[in-house]
Amino acid sequence: MAVLNDEQIMLRDMAREWTQNESPVTEWRKVRSGGDERAFDPAAFRTMAEMGWAGIIIPEDHGGSDFGWMSAGLVVEELGKTLTASPIVASTLAASAIMLAGSDEQKAKYLPKLASGEIIGTLAVDDTPRHDGRTGGTSASGGKLNGTKPFVHEAHGADIFIAATDDGLYIAEKGEGVSLSTRKLADARSHAAVTFADAPGEKLAEGPDDALDQLLDRARILTACEMLGMAQAVFDTTLDYLKQRVQFNQVLATFQALQHRMADLFGDLAMMRSAVEGGLQALDAGFGIPRAACMAKVTANDTLHKISREGLQLHGGIGMTDEYDIGFYLKRARTLEADWGSSAMLRNRFADIGGY
Amino acid sequence: MASLAEPESRVSDDDFREEVQDFLAKNFPPELKGKSNALSALEGPTEESPAERAWREAMGAKGWGTPTWPAEYGGGGLTRRQTAILNEEMARAGAHNPIGGMGVMMFGPTLLEYGSEEQKQEHIPPICRGEIRWCQGYSEPNAGSDLANLQTMAEDKGDHYLVNGQKTWTSGGQWADKCFCLVRTDRSDKHRGISFLLIDMDAEGVEVRPIRMISGVSPFCETFFTDVKVPKENLVGEEGQGWTIGKRLLQHERTNLSGGGAMARLMGASLADIAKKYVETTDDGEIADRVLRDRIADFEIRWNAFLLTARRAGEESKASGGVSEISSVLKKLGTKLGQERAELAIEIMGFQGLGWEGEGFTESELQGTRGWLFGKATTIYGGSTEVQNNIIAKRVLGMLDHQ
Repeated sequence: MAVLNDEQIMLRDMAREWTQNESPVTEWRKVRSGGDERAFDPAAFRTMAEMGWAGIIIPEDHGGSDFGWMSAGLVVEELGKTLTASPIVASTLAASAIMLAGSDEQKAKYLPKLASGEIIGTLAVDDTPRHDGRTGGTSASGGKLNGTKPFVHEAHGADIFIAATDDGLYIAEKGEGVSLSTRKLADARSHAAVTFADAPGEKLAEGPDDALDQLLDRARILTACEMLGMAQAVFDTTLDYLKQRVQFNQVLATFQALQHRMADLFGDLAMMRSAVEGGLQALDAGFGIPRAACMAKVTANDTLHKISREGLQLHGGIGMTDEYDIGFYLKRARTLEADWGSSAMLRNRFADIGGY
Repeated sequence: MASLAEPESRVSDDDFREEVQDFLAKNFPPELKGKSNALSALEGPTEESPAERAWREAMGAKGWGTPTWPAEYGGGGLTRRQTAILNEEMARAGAHNPIGGMGVMMFGPTLLEYGSEEQKQEHIPPICRGEIRWCQGYSEPNAGSDLANLQTMAEDKGDHYLVNGQKTWTSGGQWADKCFCLVRTDRSDKHRGISFLLIDMDAEGVEVRPIRMISGVSPFCETFFTDVKVPKENLVGEEGQGWTIGKRLLQHERTNLSGGGAMARLMGASLADIAKKYVETTDDGEIADRVLRDRIADFEIRWNAFLLTARRAGEESKASGGVSEISSVLKKLGTKLGQERAELAIEIMGFQGLGWEGEGFTESELQGTRGWLFGKATTIYGGSTEVQNNIIAKRVLGMLDHQ
């Protein structure tokens, strides 16, 4: 854990207390069986927004708290630990796109509502099922968007979409010309193919040339925070299980073969935390972000992959049951691993940045 | 560690920086610029040139080779901030720290914590001046990972101990002046029968035999003690306190070893630069073999995550005033990555990376081969990776002993 200031410690403790008490994994079970396509509890999201969590990176004069990315990451990590379903990450990233490239009018129009949770935003970037950082399959001309984004997260609850087009980033509101076709993935969260058919869109025209890349780097780092929380939770749950499960008249935790596997995972988890926090620190410093984003997401991908796989194996047969939580983490892990870049894709980018 | 408490500074940072710059301008011999003594740990001390001697003496007189140690024992008495300034200015001038070795890395910090006033007065100042070389007498033929099984006996003879036994893997034993040793003063208790004793290497009855390693060099020795008389005042702490003191010293050792870093630094160039030199590149200057390029990126990402972790462990320890629990993983992670790096470098270089000696190889290629082989020791010494895993599982994760 990075050394935090008082403000950050307070925020983290508040998030930890709320998620552990008010939003444990049993809450996610209720959402899953509830059948709401948005796949989150609107009342819970309202509470989160009231605590200011939707506006952590948004400037104060637009209704946010301007606490920065490290603070946002701390909250997202806690949400990841209990698999709390919410559009906080998607909405934060949508806000960051508007902060990055929006006009003053666009900022004034959308940011306060995103900060208060009155509206929800999400990114509609990828033109293909496998993220490759390229877009262009969706066209924008004369203020109309046309094309399909096959997998958009938090699409069902979203009021605005940040769409990557052949003419850069656009903002499109739900409704006219925007249609959703649900895509149920293994993680049971909200995903949909979003089709724009002459949908009215407004260009986010005031950003840097590489606004999309900058946005994706933010997405990679914030997603890695959720993954960090999940990896920590799987590790802790697995360790607890090994300490109570008895076989051969021994608790499993006494077996050296298992001790060494947990010691390995503990080391991997330490490096994952460093890489993820390194990404947040780069964002707050505004320095070395592309490289730090690749490091954060690759390390998060590889470590959560390993920990979720090992976690299930170490739970034994019981881990295969829907009654145990470990399976939820495994399924969510794979979705987030595919999000905003696989390890192979991002290592390629890392080497590009390094000039080799 | 009360004796290493942060000193108060009466000098402003700017004034101190100026003092360092003046000192370097007056004392650092320009011909030593960019040189380091990093290899001496592997290959033994070389003859000290007049410039090297002058530089060591100048740094020793200031105490700046051991910048955070108390000034009353010959250390620099600097604050962390001043130490950072000193390091920055030395790096800028291309100056290395000529004061090092086990006395600085392991024994000194431990003696400052556990030694008597007389022992500190006697032993710390020569370490600060780089005059005395210390070696470590811990492992024995039957006490490796199970270190507490050590059998070297120190028999109480009234005014002295009579020491008999054998130590092994004594790093730099053939060049050392003194040895800090774990010895048995009581056979009836495995852990509380161990004491921490300082032995002169030129005392009668001490014999040292270098061990030739797979890397071709002999940085480790077997050390034999036959009826060696050691004065009672050379006992550190109480009789039977040796295991506690010895473990504390191992923490210092692991902190220093965790940078398999030392090995990586010896090789200098990044893996990407090595690859660009040895394998085909595209017109854009990229590594043509995409699989190799991916593996290099994979290594670099993990290596950087490790460096961030080492930094984080330092920051957390500093903030909490204790040792951060992630410190326990640094040794095993750093040494493993250091080995991986050496092997990947060889894979990149092909046969050119396996040169043993003679024609057809550059000096750095030959050093790479030796470094790769020497580096195999890093996951074994200072508590093997398996021992580290036991420590992490039991002490940090609270997993229990097999019943």
